[in-house]
Amino acid sequence: MLRLVAGLEIPTGGRLLFDGEDATHLPVRERRVGFVFQHYALFKHFDVADNIAYGLRVRPRRSRPSSTEIRRRVAELLELVQLSGLARRLPAQLSGGQRQRVALARALAVEPRVLLLDEPFGALDAQVRRDLRRWLRDLHDRTGHTTLFVTHDQEEALELADRVAILSKGRIEQIGTPDEVLDQPATAFVAGFIGEAVRLPVELAERTLRIGEQAIVIEHGLPAGAAALFIRPSDLTLAEPIGRNLLTGTVVSVRRRGPARRVELSLGDGLPTVEIELSAGRTARKGQAVHLRLLTPRLFPS
Amino acid sequence: MSVAVPSRGLPWTLAIPKPSAMPGFGITFGFALTYLSLIVLIPLAVLVARASGLGFDGIWRVATTPRVLAALEVSFVTSALAALVNAVFGMIVAWVLTRYRFPGRQVLDAAVDLPFALPTAVAGIALAALYAPNGWIGALFQPWGIRIAYTPLGIFIALVFIGLPFVVRTVQPVLQDFDREIEEASATLGATRRQTFLRVVLPALSPALLTGIALAFARAVGEYGSVIFIAGNMPFKSEIAPLLIVAKLEEYDYAGASAIATVMLAISFAALLAINLLQALSRRRLGDA
Repeated sequence: MLRLVAGLEIPTGGRLLFDGEDATHLPVRERRVGFVFQHYALFKHFDVADNIAYGLRVRPRRSRPSSTEIRRRVAELLELVQLSGLARRLPAQLSGGQRQRVALARALAVEPRVLLLDEPFGALDAQVRRDLRRWLRDLHDRTGHTTLFVTHDQEEALELADRVAILSKGRIEQIGTPDEVLDQPATAFVAGFIGEAVRLPVELAERTLRIGEQAIVIEHGLPAGAAALFIRPSDLTLAEPIGRNLLTGTVVSVRRRGPARRVELSLGDGLPTVEIELSAGRTARKGQAVHLRLLTPRLFPS
Repeated sequence: MSVAVPSRGLPWTLAIPKPSAMPGFGITFGFALTYLSLIVLIPLAVLVARASGLGFDGIWRVATTPRVLAALEVSFVTSALAALVNAVFGMIVAWVLTRYRFPGRQVLDAAVDLPFALPTAVAGIALAALYAPNGWIGALFQPWGIRIAYTPLGIFIALVFIGLPFVVRTVQPVLQDFDREIEEASATLGATRRQTFLRVVLPALSPALLTGIALAFARAVGEYGSVIFIAGNMPFKSEIAPLLIVAKLEEYDYAGASAIATVMLAISFAALLAINLLQALSRRRLGDA
């Protein structure tokens, strides 16, 4: 999709609008897009400053800034991406995170109408990714460039974006704020994709939900028959064995994960295991039977 | 681990490498030296020794006779021109072969190597037949008063023919590995195709291209078989230096032959050394010296 917006690929149909102006047939170099590639795509034989200046230097003479102006812009951008001391280094002498910041500065130099980031942090290790993510968000808030960021890391997407579009097989499944896609998934695909959900095959009858051998009473408003229930770790809680509408599960494994504990549970033979989150203070034994309350039923017809 | 920061000093060093995790310097260096000595250095030394019977003055006298000077000029100037022309067309051929998929690509790819495989005399005869005033191509130029065969132009064509594969085969793998995204990055930054090629692709290709030029040039200087058939071999006009050497040999003038050969050797060596230095420089610009 980024390649379509950038004009590196030709769409099979539809139109592409930049601020209402039709850009479907505009050649790549006239689109003024800033593209940042996953593998940086820096010019290896240019140093950092020349890489950043490239977009300005290739302009036709009429619109090309003077060489002092270019130097000033480059210094400004180096400042912005926090690489001021490294202007004369070659790309081979930089770390991955630094290279990607050079690529970003190079893209910003042409004052793009839209900034396209293609999994820019995909080749970097987790710590650097986190730092760069925060830094990029900050940069975006300061410069205000319209930015399209493609990633496979949903945590990254939900943390960075004002609006998230979820794509599956080339189609948009849902567009919305991170809250909307998390709390009101529009399709079964989104519900299953976001938030570490597990999909359970269930049977619906009037006001009844049947999971394997167990049944609970809920209001669901869907037609009777087979359906899919998506369970995230936060959707189930442990409950005292009093009251009705409880599910029982057997502990399959207990793992420590960050500040919390993850408990993997089986709700019946042949069903995928589900996970719940416990605070680190509590624990469970393997093989123990527990009672569970379903807090949020996310049901989709299947 | 030390970080490799290219120094601005000389591109070579005389220090013996320290032991590394990949041993084998001693044995490979020894083998390479022995092999080079046997195959290259000793024969060349014998050549120089033969010529030195004449003394430096003697070599100089042989080399500066007008006929030898003219032949050397023909040899080196046409070789250089042919290598440069091959640089341009070889690169275009390599580009077409790596960038596009079309029916017959494999055949074309294989055909590039034919000048390697063909006995050069066969190539010479074929070219002479084609470019002779009554040949297929020669006849086209005849009405314009342009003669190709039996002139320096003919030599040039033969040298282009035998040199082409060197440029194609050195540039092709580099072009194959060249990251398309780098060209795309250049395009999104507003560069035209021409700017992208001149500023981004060509610098990346230049080390390989220089190697190709050096090889094509070296081959062209030493070429004999194909040239003598098409050149006409007229003294002062279309006579190449290797032909003069053979002529001297046929007159049993071994010293004279080796004197010309020594001079050719010196000029070739200087030219190749210059190309190699240029290449080391451009490689260092790419940051992987």
